[in-house]
Amino acid sequence: MNPHSSAKTLYQKIWDQHVVHPKGENPEGLPTILYIDRHLIHEVTSPQAFQGLRDRQLPLRHPEKIIATMDHSIPTIGKQPDGSLKFTDPQAEAQVNALSKNCQEFGITLHDLTSDYQGIIHVIAPELGAIHPGMTVVCGDSHTSTHGAFGALAHGIGTSEVEHVFATQCLLQNPSKSMEIRIDGKLASGVTAKDIILAVIAKIGVGGGTGYVFEYTGSAIQNMSMEGRMTVCNMSIEGGARAGLIAPDDITFAYLKDKPFSPKGAEWDKAVSFWKTLKTDPNAVYDKTIVLKAEEIEPMVTYGTNPGMAVGISQCIPPTNSDSELAEALNYMQLSPDTPIANTPIDVVFIGSCTNSRMEDLRIAAKLAKGHHVAENMRALVVPGSQEVKKQAEAEGLSQIFIDAGFEWREPGCSMCIAMNGDQLEPGQACASTSNRNFKGRQGQGGRTFLVSPPMAAAAAIKGYLTDIRYWNQN
Amino acid sequence: MPQPFMTFTSRCVPLNEENIDTDQIIPARFLKGTSRTGLRKNLFNDRRYQDDGTPNPAFVLNNPKYAGQILLSGDNFGCGSSREHAPWALTDYGFRAIIASSFADIFKNNALKNNLLPVALKPNEVKALFKAVEANPALEITIDLADQQVLTPQGTLMFDIDPFRKQCLLKGKDDIGYTLGHLNEIEAYEQTHQSTPVSLSLKSQ
Repeated sequence: MNPHSSAKTLYQKIWDQHVVHPKGENPEGLPTILYIDRHLIHEVTSPQAFQGLRDRQLPLRHPEKIIATMDHSIPTIGKQPDGSLKFTDPQAEAQVNALSKNCQEFGITLHDLTSDYQGIIHVIAPELGAIHPGMTVVCGDSHTSTHGAFGALAHGIGTSEVEHVFATQCLLQNPSKSMEIRIDGKLASGVTAKDIILAVIAKIGVGGGTGYVFEYTGSAIQNMSMEGRMTVCNMSIEGGARAGLIAPDDITFAYLKDKPFSPKGAEWDKAVSFWKTLKTDPNAVYDKTIVLKAEEIEPMVTYGTNPGMAVGISQCIPPTNSDSELAEALNYMQLSPDTPIANTPIDVVFIGSCTNSRMEDLRIAAKLAKGHHVAENMRALVVPGSQEVKKQAEAEGLSQIFIDAGFEWREPGCSMCIAMNGDQLEPGQACASTSNRNFKGRQGQGGRTFLVSPPMAAAAAIKGYLTDIRYWNQN
Repeated sequence: MPQPFMTFTSRCVPLNEENIDTDQIIPARFLKGTSRTGLRKNLFNDRRYQDDGTPNPAFVLNNPKYAGQILLSGDNFGCGSSREHAPWALTDYGFRAIIASSFADIFKNNALKNNLLPVALKPNEVKALFKAVEANPALEITIDLADQQVLTPQGTLMFDIDPFRKQCLLKGKDDIGYTLGHLNEIEAYEQTHQSTPVSLSLKSQ
C-alpha cells in the first residue's frame, strides 16, 4: 500500500480509521496498534487466553464487544428437554463448561446450547447484526475472514492474540498488501459463490494470497447475496489471505436492517451514510489484480488434499508429471491422473459449516433433493449453521424435504467440517462436502474430502457419485 | 513470561513437503484440552502413528537417522487453521525453529509468540539444506537470531524477521505489556470513537 497517495483502497480506509498508535520509525520498527471493534469467541481457542488473563491478574477490557458461542466440539444430536445436548465425550463437555464458567466470570454474554442464537460463530454474528461495515473483527478461528462480506476487516488470530484483545481491545499489526480479485460477468445456472472461490484458489494456489488482504470486486460479486459473499470471503484464508473484503452496498444494508444489534432510527441513517464511504477510491492502486470471468466458471470439485487442487466438474484430474505433492495427494485420494473427476463414487455427504450452512445454501440443496432419495448406502448429513437457520428451514419445510430424501437433519454446529465432535468419516470413506478444507484426515482420519457447493453435494447424495448439476434437469 | 531466545546449534529433521497444514501438525480431535501443554505426543499424530498406535517407520520423526531442534520444510508451512496448538505441539516436542521457504501468515504470528522461530530462506537455499541434511543427517547448523543468520558448513544464510518480533524474542518479552504501555492512547481512541457507528456496544442495544 502507498501511504502517500490520497486515493485509498477499502482496506487502507478501514486500517487508517483504527490506528491507535502508528507504526514506529525507530530501529525496532514497532508495529501499529490497531483497535478491534468486535471479538468473536468459542470454546476451543479461548480457555488458555482466559487463563492468561488470570495469571497476569488483568481485567477483560470490553466484555460487551464480545460475541460468544459454542460450536466446534459440541454434538449435533441428542437434544435434551432443557434445550442442551447430551455429550458423549467428557473432554469436549469439560471444554464447553469451561467456556460457560469463563464467560460468567468475565461478564460476557454467552449464546449457549439453550440460546435461540447458538450456532457456528461465523453464522450467528452476522445474523445478530453484530458485524457492521468498517469494523475490525477478530476471532480465534481462521474463517473469521467470512465477515469481510460486510466490508469489515476481519481475520483469524491465535490464542495469544485472543488474550491480547481481551486485555487491550487492540492488536499489534503490520499492514498487508492488497490484491483485487475481480469477477466480471454472470454465473451460469447451477454455479454458485462456492464455485467462484474454489476457482479463485485453484488459480492462485493455497499460498497465493499470503501477505495480502483480498478485495473481491466485479459484477458477479455486486450481484451476489450476502450469503454468497460470506461464502466467498470465508475461504479467503484457503488462498492464504488472512482477510477478504467486499465493499458494502444496498444488498449489505438491506441484510443489516432491523437485525438485533443493527443501529436503529436516526443512528441507522447516520450509519448508512458512513458505510457508503467505505469503498475503494477510483484512483487507488492495488498491489496486485487478478481477473476471472464468471461465465467461464463451472461447478468446481477438489480432487486433492488442499483447496487449491480443484477442477471444473467436466474436467479431468491433471497429470502428475514430476509433481510429488500431487502424486501423493492422488494416492491418498485413491484417484488417477488424467481421468474425469465426474462419476467418482461418494460414501458420505456433508452439507454444513461456516462456508455453506445458511438459508440460501439449504434452500438450493433442498430444491435438488425434493422428490428424490439418497443413494443406497449413502450417509448424508445436513447441519444447519445456527438455531435461527434451523428454525427457518423447519418453517419452510426444508427439513422435511431432507428427512424424506434420507438425509439426517442435525442440530447446529461445526460438525463434520472439523470432526471434533464424533461426526466424522471412517478411514477411506469419500465425502462430498460443502465445508472449506480437504486436508488429509480433516473430516476423520483416513477420510477423503471432495469440496463442492451445496447443490453439487445434494446431487452427489442422490446419485452416489459426483455429477454435473448443470445437466440435473435432463436426467 | 517467555525465556530470551538464544543462539543455538542443532541437527535438523527434514520434512521435505510443501503446504504442511495445521491439521497435520495437530489434528482437531486433540484440541479439546484447556491448557497449552501436553501436546507433544500428538504432534503429527496421524502421520506419526499407524492404525494400531505403533510408530509409522515411514514418517521422518520416527526415522532414527534424524533428530534435532530444527524442522526443515517446504513452502507455505502452517497453512490452514489458526490453532495455536500447532506451535504449542511443536515446541512441546522440542523444536525451537522451523526453516522453510515460506510460512502461512497466522502460523508465523503464532509461532513468534511461542518462542518458535520461523526462518524463511530462499527456495534454492532450503533445497540445498535438504540435500545436505539428507546426505549427512549428523550435520549441525547454527541459528543466530541477533544477526539473522543461519550458519551451515556450506556458508552463512541471511533471513528477515520483523524487528519488533525479533526484539521481543531476544529479550523474552511479550506484547501485552507493550500495548498496555499505550493505555492512555487506547483510552483516547475510545473517547473519540465512542459515538461512531463502528463502536456500537452490544449492551446499549
